[in-house]
Amino acid sequence: MPTLHTVNKSPFERTAFGSCLKHLAAGDAVLVLEDGVVGLRKATAFAGDLDAVSGDHKLYALGPDLDARGLKPDDLVSGVTVVDYGGFVDLVAEHDRTQAWL
Amino acid sequence: MKFAVLINEGPYTHQASDSAYHFTKACLDKGHDVFRVFFYNDGVNNGTRLTVPPQDDRNLQKNWTELAEKHDLDMVVCIAAAQRRGILDENEARRQGKDADNIAPGFRISGLGQLVEAGIAADRLVVFGD
Repeated sequence: MPTLHTVNKSPFERTAFGSCLKHLAAGDAVLVLEDGVVGLRKATAFAGDLDAVSGDHKLYALGPDLDARGLKPDDLVSGVTVVDYGGFVDLVAEHDRTQAWL
Repeated sequence: MKFAVLINEGPYTHQASDSAYHFTKACLDKGHDVFRVFFYNDGVNNGTRLTVPPQDDRNLQKNWTELAEKHDLDMVVCIAAAQRRGILDENEARRQGKDADNIAPGFRISGLGQLVEAGIAADRLVVFGD
């Protein structure tokens, strides 16, 4: 019964992203959007937390929100899949439920 | 698949209203059903027709109204949240003794039960907020 977790705030602003990573169950995935995409940058204090889960969980980033912040896929930790809004819809449909970490 | 969307944040506050709009539009473009979009807390501010954003900026209220007209979308504003924030339809304005209403076309005012129903009726409920 996998869950899609969505995170929309930077981990350097709020603790929701970090809390989310600690609550992932088997098969869960994380979609990062809005200011949350900043948290996916490589070589930050948060990158180790992402590395700890990225082997077991899929990480997705919303492309338009990366573009809006001048971030490119190369700027991110490894293992992140970039999706558009249509991909966001597909992810919601593919998982049993969606949990927004507001 | 049947989707429902909950919006807890007002327009131009941060990005949640924009994200919710683009998500809802993508659902409809992909041929999914959107059972209802429910506006709660500051989200009700998406439903006033009196906003006048700069012409080179996106007009979120207008975008929602046009999406609703195109897809016969059910957009519900929470009545308790709306009353606190001065979002009134004709009926509520009369009932509260106000001199005008401001609800935008395509939006309707109703209760929290509509959110509960959306949660039950839809296959997926997606929440946007701050």
